[in-house]
Amino acid sequence: MAQSVFAPWDDPEQKPLIQFVNVTKRFGDFTAIDDLTLDIYEKEFFALLGPSGCGKTTMMRMLAGFENPTKGHILLNGKVIDTVPPNKRAVNMMFQSYALFPHLSVWDNIAFGLRRESKDKDAIAARVEEMLRLTRLTKFAKRKPHQISGGQRQRVALARSLAKAPKLLLLDEPLGALDRKLREETQFELMDIQEKTGTTFVIVTHDQEEAMTVASRVAVMDEGRIVQVATPQVIYEAPNSVYVADFIGDVNLIRGTASARPAAPAAETPIAKPAPNAPPPEPETTAAEPATDTQPEPRPQPNALGEWLHDTLLTPILGQRDPGPRALPAPTDEERAAHAETAETPASHAEDIPAGGLQIVWADDKPPLIAANGDEALAGKKVVLALRPEKVGISKTRPDAANAMQGKVIDIAYLGNISTYHVELPGGAMIKAQTANTRRISRRDITWEDDVWLSFTATAGVVLEDVS
Amino acid sequence: MKRFSWFNATSLTLGFAFLYMPMIILVIYSFNESRLVTVWAGFSTKWYGELFRNAEFLDAAWVTVQVAVLSSTFATVLGTMAAHVLVNAGRFKGRTLFSGMIYAPLVMPEVITGLSLLLLFIGIGLERGIFTVVLAHTTFAMCYVSVVVSSRLVSFDRSLEEAALDLGATPWEAFRLVTLPIIAPAVISGWLLAFTLSLDDLVIASFTTGPGATTLPIKVFSAVRLGVSPEINALSTIMIAIVTVGVVTASLISKRTAVARAREEQAAVRSE
Repeated sequence: MAQSVFAPWDDPEQKPLIQFVNVTKRFGDFTAIDDLTLDIYEKEFFALLGPSGCGKTTMMRMLAGFENPTKGHILLNGKVIDTVPPNKRAVNMMFQSYALFPHLSVWDNIAFGLRRESKDKDAIAARVEEMLRLTRLTKFAKRKPHQISGGQRQRVALARSLAKAPKLLLLDEPLGALDRKLREETQFELMDIQEKTGTTFVIVTHDQEEAMTVASRVAVMDEGRIVQVATPQVIYEAPNSVYVADFIGDVNLIRGTASARPAAPAAETPIAKPAPNAPPPEPETTAAEPATDTQPEPRPQPNALGEWLHDTLLTPILGQRDPGPRALPAPTDEERAAHAETAETPASHAEDIPAGGLQIVWADDKPPLIAANGDEALAGKKVVLALRPEKVGISKTRPDAANAMQGKVIDIAYLGNISTYHVELPGGAMIKAQTANTRRISRRDITWEDDVWLSFTATAGVVLEDVS
Repeated sequence: MKRFSWFNATSLTLGFAFLYMPMIILVIYSFNESRLVTVWAGFSTKWYGELFRNAEFLDAAWVTVQVAVLSSTFATVLGTMAAHVLVNAGRFKGRTLFSGMIYAPLVMPEVITGLSLLLLFIGIGLERGIFTVVLAHTTFAMCYVSVVVSSRLVSFDRSLEEAALDLGATPWEAFRLVTLPIIAPAVISGWLLAFTLSLDDLVIASFTTGPGATTLPIKVFSAVRLGVSPEINALSTIMIAIVTVGVVTASLISKRTAVARAREEQAAVRSE
């Protein structure tokens, strides 16, 4: 995008187009919207996202004028519109069912709103033609809604709601009735039309992928409240609660207790930066590896007489004599030095971990996880480390990373473009790790029941307070 | 399915004979030459001629048509309004009572409806005539209309009306330009139902009618008490003909539109 800095919500000078001010909506005893405050700015593509029953449709219906708030105010361009009826608002809506008038042609459907304004005929005709062109429906103008396909109906509904050039267009699950392929195409079309017309769009959806694709900002709702409002990227990478992290995309939730990590100057402590000759948890295992490389206990080998006896007498009974493991020649001094260097790498890598943040004890007998981006205010609290599967690496050997955990592969889901591994940790927790299948034919050397290492960087996860 | 069975053939014959025998006999005797209804004396259409020269019958027919057209129109307007309100009013206290009260006159014996209307008209000093018959027929026919229309409105997608409001239509415009054209078939069949009910009503009409407002059913009924004349057979045959033509036409039209619509929908899906 050319204007990658479109962020009116960060600009205190900007006046919001829509303001919800402490809006509450009750239906009898049921509270659909609970004391909600929200600003939506001009030219935004704003998504209301949440499970069914979270109040997103009620918010949209209040914007359209089909419901009035029980308490609080809704402002459009600074004017209170709480009780303005729907036919007197500069707001148009595209309905989930499209709500095309079945007895009118496509042309008349689009012209319906314009005719209510008692404009002259030529102006209406010109505007309808323009809308037909915008939505590529010109050749269907004379058809009735039942004579066109689902995708075309969707475009008629869009054209009809845009015809009056509303300040605000509401879209209620606009793509719900389309199949997946058409939905993806239409998402881009919607964004394109939104950009061309410069209209503010508010879209209601339960499909998080759709919200992430089209929206400039996403509001995640739960039980009549907004849990988080942010750009799709922030919502995904920095969710503010376990609810948001869990609702948006796939996530691993690792529960544990947080404690503050020693700050940068105190890096001499064993955990943050190991003293060269006293390797701390992480380099410990790497340091042990050279020991396993050399044979720990050479098997007893027969002497010359024994060999002769075996070869001449016992071969038919015992089989060919096993010549015994063939050891490499003992490493030279140079090789030793080189090895020491590579063995040093994890330690030097560990130094790349940003200082500060939290460490999370998630199992008594395991080294704590490091979350350098953790908020130190959470120290001492129960926390959840939310970790996206694609940020978790999987390997058969111990990786060189800030955080590593060992587990067993329980399940593998091959999705074509990616594979998801379900790995069970010794405590029984299940962690998902994703790898992109970048090569068409590759040896997938990890299979079911394999013992594997999971790894992620010190900033891969998000530390959230555990409210459950 | 297609196998012929004597049992099926017999049931079919008996069933249809039971339904249509009386009418067939009536139609045949309307072409009887003889004045005596039960004696066949050869084919003739003279009773049709007699019928059209009988001013009393023609007057009664004209009154009946007037009453039927007026009362079914009023009943359709009122019944549609009632249905629209009851379906869209949402929940309020006593809603069930209200909708129940709409349907109560359907099960009320006609004698009671007629008598109560008569008492009312006498009570308020309304002179009985065509006008009172129209009022009475409107009263009981609007219940039928409201039943027919509300059963259509229940399946009517409310978002269509909301869409119209959203596009700037006033509530009345939304109803007139969107709801009404869509529910029109139900409204029309409600009107037809009211029309037929009014055409053949005898009981309520006899209670509420006055001098100079004799409807055809009343006329026929009183004429038959003096003996069935072949003229009445001729009149009945004409009415059967009108009804038959109406029903056949209506079903042909609705079938043709359904087929055309299905074909167009298929074409739309294929063209995608």
